[in-house]
Amino acid sequence: MTRPKPEPVQVIKERRDKALRALVGGIPYAHFLDIRFDRRGDELTALLPFDDKLIGNPFLPALHGGVTSAFLEITSIIELSWSMLWEDMESGKLDPGMLDTEHMPRLPKTIDFTVDYLRSGLPRDAYARARVNRSGRRYASVHVEAWQDNRSRIFAQATGHFLIPGRSGNGQ
Amino acid sequence: MTDKTLAQQFIEAIPHARALGMQLDEIGDGRAVISMPWDKRFIGDPATGVISGGVVSALMDTCCGAAVLTFPGSRGTATLNLRTDYMRAARPGQRIIARAECYHATRSVAFVRATAHDEESDREDGLPVATVTAAFTMEGGKGAAQQRAQAEGRHEGREEGKDGGAGK
Repeated sequence: MTRPKPEPVQVIKERRDKALRALVGGIPYAHFLDIRFDRRGDELTALLPFDDKLIGNPFLPALHGGVTSAFLEITSIIELSWSMLWEDMESGKLDPGMLDTEHMPRLPKTIDFTVDYLRSGLPRDAYARARVNRSGRRYASVHVEAWQDNRSRIFAQATGHFLIPGRSGNGQ
Repeated sequence: MTDKTLAQQFIEAIPHARALGMQLDEIGDGRAVISMPWDKRFIGDPATGVISGGVVSALMDTCCGAAVLTFPGSRGTATLNLRTDYMRAARPGQRIIARAECYHATRSVAFVRATAHDEESDREDGLPVATVTAAFTMEGGKGAAQQRAQAEGRHEGREEGKDGGAGK
């Protein structure tokens, strides 16, 4: 039996990074907030570089609660889309070469999103990672945590429920 | 109350509220109305042009905070917890209008609810784009609680534990 020759690592990396760039690049508001994603295999870490326009309380100063919330929500949506994209991409069902910001799978829709503010967001870079706790045919539940200097000192966390875009013409 | 100009200045002093183009329409007595324009930079779903949920959350958080600030005796606040339910997509191109009401406060916690409409549903009193329920810290101490209790002709009953809250 002959095994197919494994693809060169750079080809695989380029394909995955391209898909991720297309996914994130398609969301204008992520660009407005300058949210970026680091990838290690299938694991994503979101980065929100500090900027003065993100301030909500100029006296402390502290990040705006709405910025924190938006950062958590975008991280959740990207993680959920990425997990669906990843399966299709790795199984060969979807050709990432065809993906660009104009031809992306539909994004999940937020049903509800609950944010806990644990401590004030400092005027520096923030990071977040989301975990898809359940993803069914129609609904998904995602948990997300954000931190700044110390990974163990979470400054905000959230849980959201999302409507999975119709894979079987069930969309809207 | 002189809170109107104070709160308006406060809103205008919030860099992120300015970045999103928020405008304070009404404020006072634990209520606030704040609106912001649709902008293609705020799109969350490129396929539909619908504004990002995060933008709606930012508007609602600001509006709820402003409502708490004008609750009698309040001297400062920060979000503890905020839940947004997204009922439907906001119509692209229309302003988003948030209305928040601080409907109860103890000496350390303020309870707030809010709705967000686009121009069409706001005019026709239709289905909101989103609703919010939130808890905020209430800074102002015992004096503020007494002031409120007197204003309402009763004694402040419930006392909350130490605030775990943080700034925005």
